[in-house]
Amino acid sequence: MALRGKITIDDNLCKSCELCISVCPEEAIRISDGINYKGYHPAEFIKDRCRGCALCAIICPEIAIEVYRGK
Amino acid sequence: MKKVFTKPKSLKDVPFHYCPGCGHSIIHRLVAEVIDELGISDCVIGVPPAGCAVLAYNYFDIDMCEAPHGRGCAVATGFKRAQPDKIVFTYQGDGDMAAIGTAETLHAANRGERITAIFVNNAVYGMTGGQMAPTTMIGQKTTTSPFGRRPEVEGYPLLITDLIATLKGPSYVVRHSLATPAKILATKKSIKKAFEMQIKGLGFSLVEVLSPCPTNWKLSAVDAFKFLESRMEKEFPIGVFKDVTKG
Amino acid sequence: MENKVLMKGTNALAEAAIQAGCRCYFGYPITPQNELPEYMARRMAEVGGVFLQGESEIASINMVLGAAASGVRSMTSSSSPGISLKQEGISFLAAMELPALIVNIMRGGPGLGNIAPSQGDYYQATRGGGHGDYRTPVFAPASIQELYDITMYAFDVADIYRTPVVILGDGMMGQIVEPTVCRKRQEIDLPPKDYVLDGAKGRPSRIIRSLILDTFEMEEHNWKLKRKYDLMRGRLPQHEEFMVADAKLVIVAYGTAARIAKGAVKRARREGLSVGLLRPITLWPFPTQAIQDIAKKVKHFLVFEMSTGQMVDDVLLALGGKAQCEFYGRPGGVVPTPMEITRIIGRYWVQKEILG
Repeated sequence: MALRGKITIDDNLCKSCELCISVCPEEAIRISDGINYKGYHPAEFIKDRCRGCALCAIICPEIAIEVYRGK
Repeated sequence: MKKVFTKPKSLKDVPFHYCPGCGHSIIHRLVAEVIDELGISDCVIGVPPAGCAVLAYNYFDIDMCEAPHGRGCAVATGFKRAQPDKIVFTYQGDGDMAAIGTAETLHAANRGERITAIFVNNAVYGMTGGQMAPTTMIGQKTTTSPFGRRPEVEGYPLLITDLIATLKGPSYVVRHSLATPAKILATKKSIKKAFEMQIKGLGFSLVEVLSPCPTNWKLSAVDAFKFLESRMEKEFPIGVFKDVTKG
Repeated sequence: MENKVLMKGTNALAEAAIQAGCRCYFGYPITPQNELPEYMARRMAEVGGVFLQGESEIASINMVLGAAASGVRSMTSSSSPGISLKQEGISFLAAMELPALIVNIMRGGPGLGNIAPSQGDYYQATRGGGHGDYRTPVFAPASIQELYDITMYAFDVADIYRTPVVILGDGMMGQIVEPTVCRKRQEIDLPPKDYVLDGAKGRPSRIIRSLILDTFEMEEHNWKLKRKYDLMRGRLPQHEEFMVADAKLVIVAYGTAARIAKGAVKRARREGLSVGLLRPITLWPFPTQAIQDIAKKVKHFLVFEMSTGQMVDDVLLALGGKAQCEFYGRPGGVVPTPMEITRIIGRYWVQKEILG
């Protein structure tokens, strides 16, 4: 069974650079319609597609993403 | 599920001021992760540059000392000679390391000064608004090379890492890029090795990291990272230029 | 009985630094102070200290910054053009409130100048030299023994006030050889070095920086420095008075110029002219009070410098128009004889119709 994963994105740290989206192999992240206190549309996690590979967290310049992995 | 990625302890809980897609905060994180993994947060001293990362001491939870622009390697020399048991590193941009600081960088390397230099190369002077750097590439337009860098007027991009690798003093000289998560992880591995060299008592270790500057390159973050691979890595080849532990 | 040794100025200074506990020297060769780094190269090794010849004067002052921030007594030395290079570093040391000793063995200038003694760097030393609103204590010894004693004292001043300190010598002071008692350090109570960066073990991490973007915070930092300098103005001024008590004319000179002037004063006295000498030992803070006290009785001052006139400004400021003040100078590395200054005194005496 494939590993499942989940990420949390800190809305207020996100600067909407979209790097996480560009590296995610499962297209599990998208830009939300919301606005954070800095005026950015933060990225948001689309559940149920994540493998917990952490590529998004590795490239996120703001360290806004925490990654969980397990069964 | 267990947490497999989180912010390193050696970084304070302070949001970064860097532009969206800037490479600095990624490199800060890598250095902080290495400091955590090597357990040296209580015996390390860092010297930030003048440049976008001038406020690096707001992010790293370690002892840090400002240096006049370019003089990081000399200030680091002072720290290391006075406290040989501490781990001392500089974190410098292209101006700091390879323009105003060329002499201090070269001579610290030549002396085999037991410090680690992290060199962030984004081919432009970010903080001051996007002027030409020694590493600006031919044809690259900046605010002080508005016609694109011309070799007959402005010379060629300076491959300082390659130069330093020719010296006898340094023990470990590498160049990496942040272009992809895989390359980011490879960069971290080299940063760790560079610090390990210092812990072993070996001479000057230098890690150059090709890093994006979306704001001054006038590219989106995603395109800036692509530019690292499509253009910068071709001009500044990735690789290990010197490693005294490998024959 | 104290042991007297014949010592050259530069060597005496170096030895005094070692005795004061200086354990880091960084410098670059420049005439006329090369014996200082050369002496340190051997002597530091003997006491387990650090000697490193930096690749430039700029590199050297920045190495001092790192060593000072490590809590180690550190110094650098150079001569005029090299001191110009160090100005940014000195400004940073002052802003960061780090202790350090900077020695300037002045030579003829400006520009490359020559290697003969001069006093052309007074403004640079006493007006802060580098950018920004700061001062550094400046000491001007006039004998090798004084050079030795002042060097030891300078390290204490640097630590007490957390400030870079300048010793202003000249080529003559650096090169002459005189009997010197190499006193041992008298340890005094010093403030704890709670700013030192030595790895955040068992304490929160610290930073040392001079960048203060918030203007109000920066303003407060500047006023704080000023309060420190005002404290120094009250406590640090030193001077020597020679035959001033009954003088009608007082020469004001420092360093080698004061040595020459002293000889001239003695000659003038033999001719019946009641002349005296005021020798500032601290150039910053300037012994303003001493001059004002003397000016209550003395109405004629003659400032003699081996320059085109820099300290004379401070004398005029101190006098505030309450006495006449003339200037005589020999710049460019020329070292006049006491005879010449005696003639100048005599000429002044006659021209100003000073009686007695």
